[in-house]
Amino acid sequence: MPGTTRTNYRLVRRASQRGTEESPLIKWFLILLALMFCAVFLLLPLANVFAQALAKGWAYYLESLTNPDSVAAIKLTLWVSAISVPLNVLFGLAAAWSIAKFEFRGKSMLITLIDLPFSVSPVVAGLMYVVLFGLQGFFGRWLDAHEIKIIFAVPGIVLATVFITFPFVARELIPVMQATGSEQEQAALTLGASGWQTFWRVTLPSVKWGLIYGVILCNARAMGEFGAVSVVSGHITGQTDTMPLRVEKLYNEYDAAGAFAVASLLALLALLTLAIKTFLEWKQARDYDRAQAETGVLRLADDQS
Amino acid sequence: MSIELKNVTKKFGEVNAVTGVSFSVPDGELMALLGPSGGGKTTVLRMIAGLEVPTEGDIFIRGRRVNDLSVQQRNIGFVFQNYALFKNMTVFKNIAFGLKIKKWKRAELHARIEELLKLFDLQGLEKRYPHQLSGGQRQRVAIARALAPQPNVLLLDEPFGAVDAKIRQELREWLVTLHHDLNVTTIFVTHDQEEAMEVADRIVIFSRGILEQLGTPREVYEQPANEFVARFIGVMNVLELEVRGGVGRVGELEFPAHGQSEGQKLRIGFRPYAVQISSDLTQHRYHAILRRTFFLGVMLRVELELPSGLVIRARMSKEDYAAQALEDAREVSFQIRQYRVLAREETALPPETELKYQPPPVYGEHI
Repeated sequence: MPGTTRTNYRLVRRASQRGTEESPLIKWFLILLALMFCAVFLLLPLANVFAQALAKGWAYYLESLTNPDSVAAIKLTLWVSAISVPLNVLFGLAAAWSIAKFEFRGKSMLITLIDLPFSVSPVVAGLMYVVLFGLQGFFGRWLDAHEIKIIFAVPGIVLATVFITFPFVARELIPVMQATGSEQEQAALTLGASGWQTFWRVTLPSVKWGLIYGVILCNARAMGEFGAVSVVSGHITGQTDTMPLRVEKLYNEYDAAGAFAVASLLALLALLTLAIKTFLEWKQARDYDRAQAETGVLRLADDQS
Repeated sequence: MSIELKNVTKKFGEVNAVTGVSFSVPDGELMALLGPSGGGKTTVLRMIAGLEVPTEGDIFIRGRRVNDLSVQQRNIGFVFQNYALFKNMTVFKNIAFGLKIKKWKRAELHARIEELLKLFDLQGLEKRYPHQLSGGQRQRVAIARALAPQPNVLLLDEPFGAVDAKIRQELREWLVTLHHDLNVTTIFVTHDQEEAMEVADRIVIFSRGILEQLGTPREVYEQPANEFVARFIGVMNVLELEVRGGVGRVGELEFPAHGQSEGQKLRIGFRPYAVQISSDLTQHRYHAILRRTFFLGVMLRVELELPSGLVIRARMSKEDYAAQALEDAREVSFQIRQYRVLAREETALPPETELKYQPPPVYGEHI
């Protein structure tokens, strides 16, 4: 009698759940604590950003944003992310591809290296470039002789940003590509597709969501990076100030409302990123469930190895 | 000859996955590559496809040496073990993939896909995605996709591995019918000897990268080339005899010494159907307890336990079992009608030996 068995099983499970559950008092206390924490440390400051930005009214808010120096900072930020994000997409695809599909010496070394920017302090990352390309630095004299400016100029900011955002795309793609395996690509090859055709028609569509997710995170960080950029930028108003640097400068000039106005843009970017990230995670989880259902059948021993 | 392998060897690093394999597949044949896991059968299939490159030896497809041709140039259809359907494409797009790559004209492409959908009973599923299909449907899509560009050969890697037992049986029959209709030279890999016996025209048996035997299902069953094949195909009782007093013995059982001298060992094997069982204890020479009965359908398998603890597997029809009023734990008499001397694995086996006489009893007849 399958019906009875199922009911019994359910009863057993319910009983065991009750057995491991805490009392309602503790449950609600913990939930409340978590919510309070979020409110005080996350929501309050965020709301405060917007409140402060609008403290002197809408007119002042708009004026702060349309101020030529702020506009220059916004433009520079957009440029920097427009250069560093595609670079990291290329790198991320190449790295994830080689890690997921090939076996080679030093693979774990490469994985560790990709994580390096996560473990290095951004300030150190910035200093690294100053030491390399600064006037007193390793390539400094040669660069100076050829009148190439890297440090205290836009190229330095781009370099520092690329370094900081290096892991985002690759980190997102590696697990997705590893999970997909290479059978679909091999199938495309047996059907006559070239390497390029396989990449565009099979590989890229199957990692689409992971890639977009990586790009979103990469972009958020590229626009928001402060430490590394601060070291290499030189803080030349209207020239090498990115949005985060502009926020700091305005704040130090006692223009709190102006600083928060620019900050509110970054906060909006963060909220947007969060929304897209949540959507993509939901979408990926759904695709994953489907993929699970698809390959839920027993994989029998393969005689390849 | 559609496909020919000449002395093909494949090494992965230091390990020989395939060693000196040669065989050929005539046009339109349905051939099975059979062997245990790690036998090298999938590697052979992938080498034919061009997914692996042989370390030594030559592969020919339709008389043309293909060693240096890429996968794309070989014009083969390959069905992967887990089908490897493009999960972001519909059934229609999956099947159309190869045709689009080969730049078929729109009208021809649609006509071809219509034809395949009909042939593979996939009509109405064109717009579905792989995750919306059943296991059997997925497999049919995978085969339709492989066949769409009209390949020279169809290669299938464990085609029935990923579906449950009932659908597996249907798919086997379906594959035979399909092959009969299309007449495409087909090679499939399997580790299931029953599947190979049932589906294939001829079977190539591999173990540890070596071709053990090539033959029709009947040939490999009735004339196994060596002990490995004898044990791998079908069920076989294998006994190790020791020659004492000019007779090969194990437990109560006695066999001729086959020229082995005193004290030497001898291995013999016999199929379950070679064991004759009777409920009449005076009928046959040996006695045993019927330990267990397995109901497999028309045929039953029984396990006989001899007083010495030796266990022998036998096979008998349901009718015979019923007529003799057999049941578990009953004492029966039995004899072995024919057996085979199993030589070392590498050497050929001598023909089967018929036991036409009852060797004179040497010791007590009753337990």
